[in-house]
Amino acid sequence: MIYVVIAFLWVSICLYLITGGADFGAGIIELFSRKSYRDKTKSIMLKSIAPIWEANHMWLIIAIVILFVGFPTIYTTVSTYLHIPLVLMLIGIIARGTAFTFRNYDAVHDSWQKLYTQIFYYSSLLTPFFLGMIAASTISGSIDTDAKDFLGLYIFSWLNWFGVCVGLFTVALCAYLASLFSLHQARFSDDVLPIMIRKTRQTAFYVVVTGILVFVSAYSSDIPLLKWIFSKALGIIAITLATISLLFTNDAIKKSNFLLARVLGGFQIIMILVAATYQHNPDIILFANGGSLSLFDESAASKTIAALGWALLLGSVFILPFLFYLLFSFGEKGK
Amino acid sequence: MAARSQMAVSLGFHIIFSCVGMVMPFLMAFSHYKYLTTKDEVYKGLTKAWSKGVAILFATGAVSGTMLSFELGLLWPKFMEHAGPIFGMPFSLEGTAFFIEAIAIGFFLYGWEKFNKWFHWFCGVVVGVSGLASGILVVAANAWMNSPAGFDYINGQYLNIDPIKAMLNEAWFPQAFHMTVAAFAATGFAVAGIHALMILKKRNVSFHTKAFRISAGFAIFGALLAPISGDVAAKSVAKRQPIKLAAMEAHFETEKGASFVIGGIPDEENEQIKYAIKVPKVLSFLAWGDFDAEVKGLKDFPKDEWPPVAVVHYAFQIMIFFGSVMMGIGGLYLIASFWKKEWLTKSWFLKIFIAAIPFGYIALEAGWTVTEVGRQPWIIYGIMRTIDAVTPMPGIQYSFYFFTLVFLSLSLIIIFLLLRQIKMVPKLYDPTDPNYNPKTK
Repeated sequence: MIYVVIAFLWVSICLYLITGGADFGAGIIELFSRKSYRDKTKSIMLKSIAPIWEANHMWLIIAIVILFVGFPTIYTTVSTYLHIPLVLMLIGIIARGTAFTFRNYDAVHDSWQKLYTQIFYYSSLLTPFFLGMIAASTISGSIDTDAKDFLGLYIFSWLNWFGVCVGLFTVALCAYLASLFSLHQARFSDDVLPIMIRKTRQTAFYVVVTGILVFVSAYSSDIPLLKWIFSKALGIIAITLATISLLFTNDAIKKSNFLLARVLGGFQIIMILVAATYQHNPDIILFANGGSLSLFDESAASKTIAALGWALLLGSVFILPFLFYLLFSFGEKGK
Repeated sequence: MAARSQMAVSLGFHIIFSCVGMVMPFLMAFSHYKYLTTKDEVYKGLTKAWSKGVAILFATGAVSGTMLSFELGLLWPKFMEHAGPIFGMPFSLEGTAFFIEAIAIGFFLYGWEKFNKWFHWFCGVVVGVSGLASGILVVAANAWMNSPAGFDYINGQYLNIDPIKAMLNEAWFPQAFHMTVAAFAATGFAVAGIHALMILKKRNVSFHTKAFRISAGFAIFGALLAPISGDVAAKSVAKRQPIKLAAMEAHFETEKGASFVIGGIPDEENEQIKYAIKVPKVLSFLAWGDFDAEVKGLKDFPKDEWPPVAVVHYAFQIMIFFGSVMMGIGGLYLIASFWKKEWLTKSWFLKIFIAAIPFGYIALEAGWTVTEVGRQPWIIYGIMRTIDAVTPMPGIQYSFYFFTLVFLSLSLIIIFLLLRQIKMVPKLYDPTDPNYNPKTK
């Protein structure tokens, strides 16, 4: 059962990164759109995220619940030492979710819209940044449980160059996903489609640049990222596949096969996540003093894991068909 | 202390957001049902208007809920480390319920004219049912803190963990029942009051009258069931947490045929209560169903296990007071709808409902204070003290100030938004209004 639970944890993080990430990306893309065509980007973005955005963010809750029920020590370690970035990320999530809702459901459209919109933009940008930072700190060995002062315990546990670079990388990924996903939505409007295709190319470029930055910062901070990824066959395969699929994506866009592009975009994320998590599996948190927390060693009592596993399986029987139907019915409405 | 306050503030707001989120969908689905069966366009407008309210509050409920799932760990890591695996079961099921709610809400809001109308209606119902289910499940987790079950606590170790037993703890049913009923009463009264105000102002009277009737119906249903569920809850508390009951009633001496204390100022130092009205023997009856039963007083417990008596006592009084008032209004409404139909349009009758807008929420917050503060100094009753559960990180007070600010502004914006929704009723939602034109924005 523990494998079922870990699989669910991984899948929900993955889906959160893809769907929630695209969601964040929508705000980022809008933020960096030129004023002249911002309204158009906005309506396309809104069409592609509005009906499902609530569902997208459920994945995060699922992941958190799995963590605190199934792996309480890991949950509490993260929430103790990474308290500050978690709070910052939470603020981003709150601000973003509410601003988005208000923007959509406010009955009167006036200057308040500007405020919601600004909040929506910047929180869309900051949330994935801190998300990336948190992810980076869990594996970079920057959490130092032996530190004596406040700075060492609660600040430098997450604030370092590697974290910043991973944060930027996450932001770029989100923007890339959003623009890639929006292509399908934009396929019938001749004026927006070229803009979004250009956006997709630009963001793909940023993904590569920030990806390189991640490696550079890892190298300069003595984090053996290269070794992790390239020492095992699966890591090499995952990275290679991701790169190849990037080329295919370009091809799919040229042939206007936007659904395929969506699938490939999702696939790239999965590969990146595989590369990032497989290497030190099952250790999920690496400490500065060389210790680590492993998913297997830190799991809760077997009865809890069993119950959790069944709850998750049962839940997915209820959820997944509906979710697909939701995606399907709103995906078709463009026609 | 800052951690406690932050948690209290977060939960205090979340409880309001989510209660509205739990009950509004039912109002919405009811009105939708009326529309489908009567084909009266006004009901359709009303359904749409309410669905916007649901959307706004669902989103805020969802973000405040996400935040809480993190805050549990951010503020109480020691508690979560041990409690997570034991009381996590309802949370994982709640995740499912919540997910379904989110999907259903997507279908409902964006599905007008796209689906079979009854399927669409059914989605609205699913929003309500799953919302209610998640509320009930979360309460199960809280009930576990009051009535720990599903593990053996031996020498500081938590052994033989059984999450299913933990979920089905003794306090669950009474607490969840009381909470659900209270949510209906509170939300029903708030919504009914707002529409009553609009009727009184002679704006879109037929629209708001329909809204008022539906929401008042739900409010009355809740208000009349509240005392029954409250009685179930009180009996359960008497059995499980006698010290909490004693604090609620500021009951210091153990006695047989204990009297029910109304009002008064508890004096913890001298262990007595001043200026209170005492109704003899009623407390014994309420707690044990027997006028001569023994009710334990606070003095029977070591003083370091006392909750803050005054806070618990006052909160309990406030809850009882507003609960009874709402029950009274409920009775009036019943009389009005069966025998005195002319009352329904009288301005004094509407004014009562307007005054009652906040009552439900005051009672709700007070009741929640009773159960939470009444559990102190324990975070897991009888097992772990709150003080031992708090995060080692210093400087939590800043995060407290900040979150309080966030929640305050959030609530203000929500009120502002809902007011604007109401203002737009003639234009967007009431098809009988001359200005009706939902396409223009």
